[in-house]
Amino acid sequence: MLNHLPILQVILPLLAAPTCLLLKEARLAWAFTTACCMATLAISVMLLLQVIDSGVIVYSLGGWQAPIGIEYRIDSLNAFVMVLVSGLSSAVILAARESVAKEVGADKQVLFYIAYLLCFAGLLGICATGDAFNVFVFLEISSLSAYTLIALGSDRRALWAAYQYLIMGTIGATFILIGIGMIYMMTGTLNMHDLAERLPEAAHTKTVFTAFTFIIIGTCLKLALFPLHLWLPNAYAYSPSIVSAFMAATATKVAVYVLIRFVFSVFGVDFSIDHMPLQQILLVLSLIGIVWVSIVAIYQTNLKKLLAYSSVAQIGYIILGFSVGTVLGLQASLIHLFNHALMKGALFLAIAGVVYRIGGCEFSQLSGIGKKMPWTMAAVVVGGLSLIGVPLTTGFVSKWYLVSALIEAGWWPAVAVVMLGSLLAVIYVWKVVEVAYFGSPEDGYEGAYEVKEAPLSILIPTWMLAASNIYFGIDTRFTSTIGHLASQTLFGAGS
Amino acid sequence: MSDFAFPPGLLLILGAFVLPQLQGKARDVLTLALPLAVLAMVWSLPLGSHVTLDFLGYQLEPAQVTKTGRLFATVFSLMAFIGAIYAYKQARLLELCAAYVYAGSAICVTFAGDIISLFVFWELMAIGSTLVIWSAGTDAAYKASMRYLQVHLLGGVILFAGVVARVYATGSVEFTAMALSADFSGESLGNALILVGFLINAGAPPLSAWIADAYPEASPSGTVFLSAFTTKTAVYTLMVGFAGEQILIYIGVYMIFYGIIYALLENDMRRILAYSIVNQVGFMITAVGIGTELALNGAAAHAFAHIIYKALLLMSAGSVLYQTGVRKCSQLGGLFQTMPQTAITGMVGALAISAFPFTSGFVTKSLETSAAAYEGHVVVWFCMVAASAGVFLHAGIKFPWFVFFQKDSGLRPPEAPLNMRIALWVFAFLCVAIGIYPDPLYAILPYELDYEPYTADHLITQFQLLLFAGFAFFALLPLMRRTLTISLDFDWVYRKVLFGLGRWGSTKFWRIDQLLRVWILARIQSTMVFLSQFAPVGILSRSHPSSSMVLWTVAVLAIYLVFSFI
Repeated sequence: MLNHLPILQVILPLLAAPTCLLLKEARLAWAFTTACCMATLAISVMLLLQVIDSGVIVYSLGGWQAPIGIEYRIDSLNAFVMVLVSGLSSAVILAARESVAKEVGADKQVLFYIAYLLCFAGLLGICATGDAFNVFVFLEISSLSAYTLIALGSDRRALWAAYQYLIMGTIGATFILIGIGMIYMMTGTLNMHDLAERLPEAAHTKTVFTAFTFIIIGTCLKLALFPLHLWLPNAYAYSPSIVSAFMAATATKVAVYVLIRFVFSVFGVDFSIDHMPLQQILLVLSLIGIVWVSIVAIYQTNLKKLLAYSSVAQIGYIILGFSVGTVLGLQASLIHLFNHALMKGALFLAIAGVVYRIGGCEFSQLSGIGKKMPWTMAAVVVGGLSLIGVPLTTGFVSKWYLVSALIEAGWWPAVAVVMLGSLLAVIYVWKVVEVAYFGSPEDGYEGAYEVKEAPLSILIPTWMLAASNIYFGIDTRFTSTIGHLASQTLFGAGS
Repeated sequence: MSDFAFPPGLLLILGAFVLPQLQGKARDVLTLALPLAVLAMVWSLPLGSHVTLDFLGYQLEPAQVTKTGRLFATVFSLMAFIGAIYAYKQARLLELCAAYVYAGSAICVTFAGDIISLFVFWELMAIGSTLVIWSAGTDAAYKASMRYLQVHLLGGVILFAGVVARVYATGSVEFTAMALSADFSGESLGNALILVGFLINAGAPPLSAWIADAYPEASPSGTVFLSAFTTKTAVYTLMVGFAGEQILIYIGVYMIFYGIIYALLENDMRRILAYSIVNQVGFMITAVGIGTELALNGAAAHAFAHIIYKALLLMSAGSVLYQTGVRKCSQLGGLFQTMPQTAITGMVGALAISAFPFTSGFVTKSLETSAAAYEGHVVVWFCMVAASAGVFLHAGIKFPWFVFFQKDSGLRPPEAPLNMRIALWVFAFLCVAIGIYPDPLYAILPYELDYEPYTADHLITQFQLLLFAGFAFFALLPLMRRTLTISLDFDWVYRKVLFGLGRWGSTKFWRIDQLLRVWILARIQSTMVFLSQFAPVGILSRSHPSSSMVLWTVAVLAIYLVFSFI
């Protein structure tokens, strides 16, 4: 049983999805999905412990050995990302029942849970697999179900947003496929481990250069790096609140994982960083992105959109750490990957609570909401402080490692940009606080007087995430150890 | 016992969160007991480090007791106690709690043995103090608190960058002396940034204006709290980190005169006193810059005494404001008749700040001037002595004269409430007691001190100085009488000019942005037309937003490929 954990991890939600179809009732489907997420979380935690304990786990699918069959390869990096994905998905699904019941039409709720499970399975599959083509397959599974999830939003613009995401996501996936096809052409293998061994022979060819470029651009589209982020704000803003939380906490993070995997494990540090202009291009784009998109976020009047833009800016920080191209930089990137998932998870779940009560999150509706929903808005404040990077929150830890990495590389102007970015974050977080606490409920919409605190089923998961923002801001052992381990392995493996 | 050691300031911070849960008597008792408990803890911990914490892979020492830190922590907890007595009947609960968080973090800063925990409490202090200003509840206070917060956030990020750079370069988080040097290594850059971060909190130029801008907008009791902690923790950190840095002497002297000149021009009684904070901190920073043991003792002792007499002055001004609602000197006067206790204690504070013999100002400030003289800083010494006369002019005479005497304004407010008067009398007593019997204060200074303030020549010099300054004041009285004027400070540059530029820039920005968008859209359109002629399906030309996304993708891909191949 324990030997099969790597596949169990992916197969469990994948099989649970069609099973869910048999459960006609939404409540049952929810309970089933939750149980499935929890079980997956337990598996991923066991896998992580196993990896820390005894190193890389290699699992051959169906007993076929690697070059012919597909193998799953679990090391500290993907074990870490899988714990993140399954943990956040579990927290989000816990809050889903009432929120989905309100925001998604009754006939589509079971469908929602099926799509959720499929998307979840796809994301885990991307992480677990050691086969390049398999990555594409799982990417498509997760993307297609993500389009469905977004389209389930009650706002009519959700369809349009889902459509745009579909176009962009497909282009991204196609780029990745083109890239994978090219390297297959050059090396004759799809197994990542094999690729890493055979690619250096072909490293000087234009085909490999082109393949690398296509894969990078494709993943950057999926992870919404500026200026390829244009699909993201609408997708987050108009989808059901639970989906916003789920996507913000997991989908972009897995895309970052794919980027890291291809750059470090497949193409290798020597090729990616020394031969290609990866660092420079990503550095410039992430720096512009941090400032530009933060300014855009300041001007938003819809809370979800504001946070969506802030997500793009935060992805800028993740990519900035990545682009430094050092162990410390990658560690900073991984830590922020984890921390940002916690922040955005808490924030979007809190918004799910707000939307549950008042039906929207335009600033005009939120006036004085801090007095009506004190606990929900307190969670927003905690998440916001973490976004800014106030000490004792996870954001501070991220900022610390990122700035350390930049200083190590001597990139002082980038330090200044990061600092500027956190000042801009103060402004957009402040805008929310000002509306929520300083506006009076009379300015809000008519029913504002009857607004109550969000239901406990949403509030408890929200606070679990908000509290973990503080917990991991104080006890940094988990994130920094795993981040360090993973980035060291990647640099060790590449050279 | 040391296993249970706990940074004393944290008690006050945690207490601030308990207070709102309590009611009536229990709350009153806890309000008064907290600062005293902290004071007891400060003195029960022996010198040395007591707690270590793991954070980010470094050993934090949040409860390190040093002589300097203990001195500052003592006066901070004393201040919190008296401030609470002064505030607790009149101030809002939010203000009191915020003030306790603020005071507690200031105490924690003085106990921080490493720069990470120092930074953490430094930020917490900024948040606490902003809340104190807010709780005045007026629109002006809200706006002032935002400007205040912006300055401190700026200081915060500069400090943060400095801390990270220093920790990265040296590998140690210990908070010790940090030398400045002209090279551009990570360490010296880090140290320089840390210095800038500290100086911003000290009210150093060019950002000195935040003190006089924000403090007078707080409530009567809020200003009292504010005056004590931020600038003095900055003095403390400068003492530990940058004692003996030449540049501090010049900055300090600048601040001394900046404070005097603006205070003389000012009309708002509490703003006068706020400018005088800059002036007084200037003395301390100059002494830190001189950096000898005597000078550092002087800076520490002066900070100790200053907190007490400045709080006394602001409490006196606050009582007047509380009773009359008037803050302009030009509208006050003659209040001695109905508020004699407030007036007398206020005058004790005024004498102390002017370093009148037998007050705390005399026995502490003279350490600093003597240090300047011993080290042969003739010009600095001359500036300090001349400035002492200036202090007497603006704070020593101007404030009490215009508020309590001069012409009768016709206001007949009753005496301040009892708790306010108690606070006033306690601090007035301390001002005189330290002045007459300075030995206990001298005993807890950071370094051994053998100093006799009451020598004949010293007394004579000081009396002459004060006499002539007093004479000058009354001779120049017509010039001193303030009308409703506004003094332009440097903050005008960033509040008006930069803001205007920013607004102009942002309208321009949007204009350019719009033009750019129109242009890009036009280009996209033409590209699409061009493409659609070739592509039979024309999938790219369906909707503009999607197409622009795709265009971006193609653009990035193209750029990337071009860069890859060259």
